[in-house]
Amino acid sequence: MSCVETIQAYALRSLGFGERLLPRGEYTLCEHFTLIGSGLIWNVYFGALALMTGFFLAVALAVGKSSTNPLWRKPAEWFIFVFRGSPLFIQFFFAYACFLSLKGVSSFFDPFTSAWLGALIVLFCNTAAYSGEIFYGALLSIPKGDIEAADAYGMTGWNRFRRITFPTMLRLAWPAYTNEAIFLFHATTLVFFSGFPAWRQQGDALYYASYFADKTFNPFVPYPILAFYFILLTLVIISLFGFVNRRLNRHLPQERRKKFRWRPNLIR
Amino acid sequence: MFSYCTDPSTLEGLSWLSCYLTTGKHVNLYISVFVVLALLAITAPVALLFGFGAASAARSKFLPLRWFGKGYTSIVRGVPDIAFFLFFVIALDQAFEWMRHKVKCPDWDQPIRQGIDFVVCDVAKLPLSTSPQWVHETYGFFLAVLTFSIVFGAFAANVLYGAMRAVPRAQIETAEAYGMTHRQAFWRILVPQMWVYALPGLSNLWMVLIKSTPLLFLLGVEDIVYWARELGGTKTARFTDYPHPNWHVWYFAALLVFYLCFTKVSEVVLDRVMKRLTKGQATAGGEAQRKAAA
Repeated sequence: MSCVETIQAYALRSLGFGERLLPRGEYTLCEHFTLIGSGLIWNVYFGALALMTGFFLAVALAVGKSSTNPLWRKPAEWFIFVFRGSPLFIQFFFAYACFLSLKGVSSFFDPFTSAWLGALIVLFCNTAAYSGEIFYGALLSIPKGDIEAADAYGMTGWNRFRRITFPTMLRLAWPAYTNEAIFLFHATTLVFFSGFPAWRQQGDALYYASYFADKTFNPFVPYPILAFYFILLTLVIISLFGFVNRRLNRHLPQERRKKFRWRPNLIR
Repeated sequence: MFSYCTDPSTLEGLSWLSCYLTTGKHVNLYISVFVVLALLAITAPVALLFGFGAASAARSKFLPLRWFGKGYTSIVRGVPDIAFFLFFVIALDQAFEWMRHKVKCPDWDQPIRQGIDFVVCDVAKLPLSTSPQWVHETYGFFLAVLTFSIVFGAFAANVLYGAMRAVPRAQIETAEAYGMTHRQAFWRILVPQMWVYALPGLSNLWMVLIKSTPLLFLLGVEDIVYWARELGGTKTARFTDYPHPNWHVWYFAALLVFYLCFTKVSEVVLDRVMKRLTKGQATAGGEAQRKAAA
């Protein structure tokens, strides 16, 4: 098979299109690149959807945790503690076991046991908890003057939150949130190693990389390819988030803008 | 375990549970908790050592050494950590076997990678196929510890490199003004002072290390995740005296609680250590402590 044919056959393999059987025998470099890249679709799917939906819950959690009313504060604190204090790996296992037993109760829970929904829910809660903590920290460091100025203009409640608190919180939290996004995408590689079955060998990038490594006993080809893809993905995330960061900071003079700082110490 | 456990089918309620939770396999589960603790106890100092070495290499005046240090600290950037775990376990195993192969079978003329197979001579295999089971298990654990140490060493190197740069420049200049050599200034001034800057990062790292211990399961070690999966599955009366339906939920809930308690206790302890270390330091934290006392 030429490389173009390989790409035609396997580029969408992870979604179930194209050739049914995975390549066998001697694996070419082209097959490595195509299949691992095909698996990356799942990583992007999980990461992007969890990030977008998790954002809203994260803001709610941050506001809840900074509330003076214990009825709001306690649930938010507990949610954040549970999801930040335990390993994501165990959360996946636990959620899968839960969904599996719920499946016995009602057929409504059938889709929850497959990765596309079940793992997405876990990642959604997980990223909401981590970013909720980041946003909470940002809420605490909003300059006192900003709130006082809003009060002086007679802004209260929702109006003050929408115009002053929320934009400032987002601006202060954004560099840390960029890190969170990067590590969320890295965490998506855990999905198919933690109970959720890869249906018909439709897995993510790491699933295919470890498939190749298991078959060839040669980790020196598939894992560097995986690394290459993920570095590319990381650069895309940094530039996208950098674009938003510039927009959030556009009213500030250059030296007061918050810069993105790499903090590479987060496995979940 | 207990004397009344001889016929489990007659038992009910708490006495059944007490017998069930003390079966041989459950004892294996409890032992595997110590495997996790042992991993933490060995990995933490070794990773710190690797990190310290790499951070000092990254500051070295000798260019190739600096490249090595910087390269090592930046391998963890941008790539999922779990990929490193899966990679290093096979790569280290093959590296060891290859080295032994070179030493023990010098007159071997076939290629080592034959198509999709990795072939070394029999005496170079690790562990030897004749060695007992516990050697295989210990070797697996050793590889896991080494993998963890390499990955977390890179994390620690990042933290320590930052901490070394955070020590005020004036301190080093003062040391040099006193006539200390580069080496003396490093060991007597920089190293003792950097810990207070490193501790927030290192305590974060400790939490991350705790939370990454379930990955041992992926490295083929029989850890708590392995036993929870094993014991939680459906058991029929044909194969065991304690039949039960699928109890994975309860086992993983127990693991979840175990990890939550572990991280909580660590957090409390590390907070105390931080309070002790910042006492009297010329940092914002130390200043806040001084004001609160006054």
